[in-house]
Amino acid sequence: MERIEKFIDNLPSMDLMRSEKMTLVQLIIPVESAHRAISYLGELGLLQFRDLNSEKSPFQRTFVNQVKRCGEMSRKLRFFKDQISKAGLLSSVHPVVEPDLELEELEIQLAEHEHELIEMNANSEKLRQTYNELLEFKLVLQKACGFLLPSSNLAGAEERELSENVFSNDDYVETSSLLEQEMRPSDQSGLRFMSGIICKSKALRFERMLFRATRGNMLVNQAPADEEIMDPLTGEMVEKTVFVVHFSGEQARTKILKICEAFGAKCYPVPDDISKQRQITREVSSHLSDLETTLDTGIRHRNKALTSIGYHLTQWMSMVRREKAVYDTLNMLNFDVTKKCLVGEGWCPIFAKAQMQEALQRATFDSNSQVGIIFHVMDAVESPPTYFRTNHFTNAYQEIVDAYGVARYQEANPAVYTVITFPFLFAVMFGDWGHGICLLLGALVLIARESRLSTQKLGSFMEMLFGGRYVLLLMSLFSIYCGLIYNEFFSVPFHIFGGSAYKCRDATCSDAQTAGLIKFRDPYPFGVDPKWRGSRSELPFLNSLKMKMSILLGVTQMNLGIILSYFNARFFRSSLDIRYQFVPQMIFLNSLFGYLSLLIIIKWCTGSQADLYHVMIYMFLSPTNDLGDNELFWGQRALQIVLLLLALVAVPWMLFPKPFILKKLHSERFQGRTYGLLGTSEFDLDLEPDSARQHHEEFNFSEVFVHQMIHSIEFVLGAVSNTASYLRLWALSLAHSELSTVFYEKVLLLAWGYDSFIIRLIGLAVFAFATAFILLMMETLSAFLHALRLHWVEFQNKFYHGDGYKFKPFSFALITDEDD
Amino acid sequence: MYGFEAMTFNIHGGYLEAIVRGHRAGLLTPADYNNLCQCETLDDIKMHLSATEYGPYLQNEPSPLHTTTIVEKCTLKLVDEYKHMLCQATEPLSTFLEYITYGHMIDNVVLIVTGTLHERDVQELLEKCHPLGMFDSIATLAVAQNMRELYRLVLVDTPLAPYFSECITSEDLDDMNIEIMRNTLYKAYLEDFYKFCQKLGGATAEIMSDLLAFEADRRAVNITINSIGTELTRDDRRKLYSNFGLLYPYGHEELAVCEDIDQVRGTMEKYPPYQSIFSKLSYGESQMLDKAFYEEEVKRLCLAFEQQFHYGVFFAYMRLREQEIRNLMWISECVAQNQKSRVHDSVVFIF
Repeated sequence: MERIEKFIDNLPSMDLMRSEKMTLVQLIIPVESAHRAISYLGELGLLQFRDLNSEKSPFQRTFVNQVKRCGEMSRKLRFFKDQISKAGLLSSVHPVVEPDLELEELEIQLAEHEHELIEMNANSEKLRQTYNELLEFKLVLQKACGFLLPSSNLAGAEERELSENVFSNDDYVETSSLLEQEMRPSDQSGLRFMSGIICKSKALRFERMLFRATRGNMLVNQAPADEEIMDPLTGEMVEKTVFVVHFSGEQARTKILKICEAFGAKCYPVPDDISKQRQITREVSSHLSDLETTLDTGIRHRNKALTSIGYHLTQWMSMVRREKAVYDTLNMLNFDVTKKCLVGEGWCPIFAKAQMQEALQRATFDSNSQVGIIFHVMDAVESPPTYFRTNHFTNAYQEIVDAYGVARYQEANPAVYTVITFPFLFAVMFGDWGHGICLLLGALVLIARESRLSTQKLGSFMEMLFGGRYVLLLMSLFSIYCGLIYNEFFSVPFHIFGGSAYKCRDATCSDAQTAGLIKFRDPYPFGVDPKWRGSRSELPFLNSLKMKMSILLGVTQMNLGIILSYFNARFFRSSLDIRYQFVPQMIFLNSLFGYLSLLIIIKWCTGSQADLYHVMIYMFLSPTNDLGDNELFWGQRALQIVLLLLALVAVPWMLFPKPFILKKLHSERFQGRTYGLLGTSEFDLDLEPDSARQHHEEFNFSEVFVHQMIHSIEFVLGAVSNTASYLRLWALSLAHSELSTVFYEKVLLLAWGYDSFIIRLIGLAVFAFATAFILLMMETLSAFLHALRLHWVEFQNKFYHGDGYKFKPFSFALITDEDD
Repeated sequence: MYGFEAMTFNIHGGYLEAIVRGHRAGLLTPADYNNLCQCETLDDIKMHLSATEYGPYLQNEPSPLHTTTIVEKCTLKLVDEYKHMLCQATEPLSTFLEYITYGHMIDNVVLIVTGTLHERDVQELLEKCHPLGMFDSIATLAVAQNMRELYRLVLVDTPLAPYFSECITSEDLDDMNIEIMRNTLYKAYLEDFYKFCQKLGGATAEIMSDLLAFEADRRAVNITINSIGTELTRDDRRKLYSNFGLLYPYGHEELAVCEDIDQVRGTMEKYPPYQSIFSKLSYGESQMLDKAFYEEEVKRLCLAFEQQFHYGVFFAYMRLREQEIRNLMWISECVAQNQKSRVHDSVVFIF
């Protein structure tokens, strides 16, 4: 026993297994170096600050003004970004890297830029508006003349014909002006008109409204404008319609004006006189071209300004984000009594202490502070955060474990084993080396593009796939391995490792399906003999193999889980857990299912015909009966009785002693405290770190007992149900191989049976799609989920508490862009 | 089919009910209100709101803020949510959602008509309109001179048209008959909405009839109190009450003849659900009545969320969010005018 203890003590320290040792540190920072110190710590990224002002609302904190200023600056930066993207400029690919500016300088610069931009925008908007008005006026002039002429030429058909003719003439204005002189519109009749322009989408309703308001006493002519006009608000091009309303009477005029106003229609006066019209048109056109050049220069100027901003934008944005993070962190610190120092508390891993001290010294030096920063370790009542150092490879596995629950501080980390067991259990369900190669190719593509993909922004699905690329890699490697063992390549067996051990009874092979084959040489060296495929006993053979294998794998993994609980108990020095939890659990599981595993192995080795169901069932029903044909080894009956008794003893063993001993310990400690023996209480703290953390809590015996009862019952029932649960390895693997057989035989081979190229092509396509989507995607997902369940439930419930919280250090690298 | 909504409701309404319940979870909490009430400047309010669901709507506002900007942006959020729900809705939920906005439409019509009567600028008035109650030709309202024109020119195209049958007269518009028009329209609207909900049946009908009845009764009380001492006759007053609700019909008879606030109180205290509201007020006081009614309404609206598979949650959510925006407006006004002691006067907490 002692030798084992020694052996365990001499094991390597298992750094991977335990989360980093953390310590609570206190920083006392002089005000003048606070900002720099915090930003250096942010670059280091290994300290998780505790919020010492959690009772204060955000705007009551010390550095709220700076936070607000940062918010204001990031608003400006967003404004720039928006303007740049609106102007259709790309923010520069190679941002200029400058030394970091002071925040104040940046603030001034940003304010200047914003002011400049807003002014430019206002100017160009004003110009744009005048431009729009002129353009609209021009359009109205162009179109309205067309309406006005025929409407004023009511005299007779000749003139109308004439005027229609002139439409085809280029110089029709001149000709019509001659007519116009004869035919002055008669103002005396009170018939007047109004011309203007309106959005095309509103034109119909506008007309209807005019009709209603004037009770039909009006005439509207419309013509679509030739050019689209830019809406100054949205910057979109809008189609417009030119209209001319003829009406009579003053009242109608005011009504129409009001309606025009309500619909946002702009009215432009069109003179009756043709020569005046021409003159105005000319003027408007020249104005327009002037304005156009001005506008263009304005836009060019603005674009130049925006481009120069664009060079710095990314740098400025990250700088402002950092500053904001620094001030947010500073807000978590407290002022000390003298108001000259800031006091902060936080968790940091012990290995980082030297680095942090170095960073703090640098901060003191760089900010020319007279007083150094005081950095010391404090005692903590609460449990520290859990921090595992991971790399590219292990990160995904740690995520798989964390998704269930973050490990309690310094508890055994199942991720260490998950790295191998997870892909392996997956592969047991997904064993097919053809599919495995497909997965491998996918994984390799992801890994080869790692550096490119990690900088890109991916969709949620790709993100997941990319995050799990190393899981995918191992999963595919293991499924190639398991596929070789199952001898399946898209469900087709291959003779890779030599010839089959079986042959037909005669040359014709006619009775192969009925009478079976005969074995004529040594077994197939690796994996399943290819001859099993398609034989009568293929399924019974493979099922028996995979079921037994599943149970062996399951019992092994569950034992590993229980052993890990031993290491946990050892680490936390809880001999109670070892004696009254680990030992009986071990005995219970192994006396039942460990024994089953033993029987399986013996049966495989000896080739015995014993019925293991029968053995296991009658071990409980009538342990004293003779085993008969099912006896695998000498003394099996006696062994069974012993094991059964052990299992029976183990149940009360794990149920009763622990709560009673806890109660005794508690009452002893309580007495010890009354007598004020310091030594004993410290000893107790070492013995039970769990309860030391919560020793303000009352010891409630019934609660503890019920808890223990639940645990024990869960374990006893769990031993049965979890073992059964591992049979999913067999079930999914069966489902996978059957599915791929169906696709291969009923689709591909069926299609190949026809002598038609098209049918073969269709068959191939269906097979490819089924393989890709059903087998490679759906089956992968389902096997993944089942492997996940086996780890989370069957494996981790043996030892894993998962009630810790994650270490979230203040780190600039982790500040993500929240705007995107 | 009452009681069997669970079988079919989720086919069309499940997604939106989930959405609306999610939105409701985003309402400001008592802790938020507590923090807001401690704010010193409008920037503080903005900063606090930026941590809530209003964040994205306020984050791009330059710093010298105004109460109107805050309210406008918060309303914009509500409108966006409403529009999203309306886009996703199918019949009859889409009609139900549209019904919710008719109240705002009536208010907007009245606002514009009153504004033009007092010769305000139409654009200025349009800015004041509630965005939920906007319709295409709303600006044209300014053209109309009397009710008949109002109807014939503009409102005939809007969903409000049927409600106008009661109040088409050729009289010129003045403050008095605009107010009567508002109440007549509102009465017709509530009755129509009530009928619609009854037609929907099931839990929707049950919950909405309760909420609408409360609304109708509150309006009846308000009409009574506001018309005391005006030239409105008893018969006219009686005509403005909606024909449903807890007070209908006998309560209305009594309200119609009330001459002062204490008589109203006497009438209302006969109805147990309203007893608690009036018992909070001292005699002769009507200032706090609005707040008391709002509080009661919020309580009822919150209760609507206790039941599943009905449309009442949409109505309740819109109303709660409007109440929240009213609260925000009051708080920001108090902060802006340095009257922080009065913050609690008009804030109705939503729990």
